[in-house]
Amino acid sequence: MSALLEVRGLSVAYGKVEAVHQAALRLEQGRIVTVIGPNGAGKTTLLAALMGMLPARGSISYAGEEIMRFEPEQRVSRGLCLVPERRELFAAMTVEDNLVLGAFHRYRKRDQTIAADFDEVYRLFPRLQERRKQLAGTLSGGERQMLALGRALMSRPRLLMLDEPSLGLAPLIVRDIFRVIAGLRETGVSILLVEQNARAALQVADYGYVLETGEIVVEGPSANLASDPRVIESYLGLVSSGAG
Amino acid sequence: MNTEIALFLIQDGLTNGAIYALLALALVLVFAVTRVIFIPQGEFVAYGALTLAGLQLGKLPGTAWLLLGVGLAVAVVELAQALRLGLARRIPAILFKFIIIPVALLSLAWWAAPQKPALTLQILLTLVLVVPLGPMVYRLAYQPLANASVLVLLIISVAVHFAMTGLGLVFFGAEGSRTPPFSDAQWKLGVLNISGQSLWVMGASLALIVALLLFFEHTIYGKALRATAINRVGARLVGVSPAMAGKLSFTLAALIGALSGILVAPITTIYYDSGFLVGLKGFVGAIVGGLMSYPIAAAGALLVGLLEAYASFWASAYKEVIVFTLIIPVLIWRSFTTHHIEEEEE
Ligand SMILES: Nc1ncnc2c1ncn2[C@@H]1O[C@H](COP(=O)(O)OP(=O)(O)O)[C@@H](O)[C@H]1O
Ligand SMILES: [Mg+2]
Repeated sequence: MSALLEVRGLSVAYGKVEAVHQAALRLEQGRIVTVIGPNGAGKTTLLAALMGMLPARGSISYAGEEIMRFEPEQRVSRGLCLVPERRELFAAMTVEDNLVLGAFHRYRKRDQTIAADFDEVYRLFPRLQERRKQLAGTLSGGERQMLALGRALMSRPRLLMLDEPSLGLAPLIVRDIFRVIAGLRETGVSILLVEQNARAALQVADYGYVLETGEIVVEGPSANLASDPRVIESYLGLVSSGAG
Repeated sequence: MNTEIALFLIQDGLTNGAIYALLALALVLVFAVTRVIFIPQGEFVAYGALTLAGLQLGKLPGTAWLLLGVGLAVAVVELAQALRLGLARRIPAILFKFIIIPVALLSLAWWAAPQKPALTLQILLTLVLVVPLGPMVYRLAYQPLANASVLVLLIISVAVHFAMTGLGLVFFGAEGSRTPPFSDAQWKLGVLNISGQSLWVMGASLALIVALLLFFEHTIYGKALRATAINRVGARLVGVSPAMAGKLSFTLAALIGALSGILVAPITTIYYDSGFLVGLKGFVGAIVGGLMSYPIAAAGALLVGLLEAYASFWASAYKEVIVFTLIIPVLIWRSFTTHHIEEEEE
């Protein structure tokens, strides 16, 4: 089976400082793949480069096409979508308008099926429907993450990239968000998940990569990673080695 | 001064102020979306007025040639880029948009101008000749440096302003023009004579403002422009390209400028370089709104119009000095009450 995303020799630099070095990763259609690693490892940089928000070297093949030279807009219209670490919502616009804008490239193509996706997003996140006339800037942290996810879903992604979706959220909301992520796979969306919360990420993912100071140091099916002594020591703490 | 004169000055001030308000809104829009301080806004006013004046005389306006020239320049830039990126399939679209359409518009103007069509058609022709210059100017001058600092973009604006004024001289000549009013009607309201032309100006301005409001609130492209103004990164992530947003905001600014020129042409004699002062008064209004608030910018621009009317009554020779001097306290007040617009981080 050919991969939906195949990244080879990807390097990203801020000026002269390389933040991601020769990364290679692969994601098959319908899978959840996670990239874990400590703060500053280069996870956010990696996703930004995949989205085309940062210049990079190497090769990114997506859905059988080399997309390295594509602008972010062109990647969006091919079904690539990033929920960034900082959410980047339109704070001074309503929840509803944020969702509408998520579907921008589909409005441009005169897609007639957008209304159904509104219902779907509101079904997943009833809170957003309650607050649809409210400005995005007035939402709580958890609601913002729901809106960021909802806005991404409105673009009808084929490959959804999530940058630390659990960051700064209460445990109960984290559980909800991960439930939605797991549910998305059922609808055929492939997911590239970046997390510091390695335990939750490895639970939901099929395959994982460990990124340290810009390089991929370990990779493997999630179950193997979760029982890898190095991963346990650095990312899962002692508790899970006892439980495992 | 008696009531009659006072009321007349108010009418005069509001008429001019309505046009400054339109320009102020365009400036706020362009700045919010692209961070460009759009000094050449006034040139679009002059181009609009002089193009319409040319058509009314039955002459082919210079704008038609200018559009073709600028179109050729954009075509060269776009073709070079398409070849560099290996996107040969874009070539037909580029040739169509930047060469064939300008040639078609030139021919249309050539054919239509001597027949002196109805005023509405002349206005439409003026708009299709002037407005495309907006996005083309963006493509040529600003897009290559879209990520530069506000100061660099401002310097580009100054350069574009001088270039467009110079081209105005070449293509329209040095003589001023004044078009006949849209309406000769006069109404007596008490002691006040209301002229049809000022009603036209105020009505059209109001209609345009309402149309812009509806555009921003209810259309996907209007929302995309607002989104870009609010969060550029977020906008890119949903597929709104900064280049598209930039061209769209420049198209609107050019449309507003050209329409303002068409409205102002029967009131004032417009020369190739008259746009600058008109635009500057809009700019003062926009500054009152901190280049951020649409309603305050519009109100500020109306105030500028009123100040100007009274200043020209009392000390006509000094009216510009008075208008621009009175703005200093406003700027001082604003600099104390608002914090500066930060350069974007990242
Ligand atoms: N805009 C930037 N300019 C310069 N260096 C940056 C920038 N953003 C991130 N970095 C550096 O790149 C490295 C990777 O950062 P990042 O991708 O944010 O890591 P992570 O998401 O894994 O925490 C860090 O050393 C960070 O300091
Ligand atoms: Mg990060």
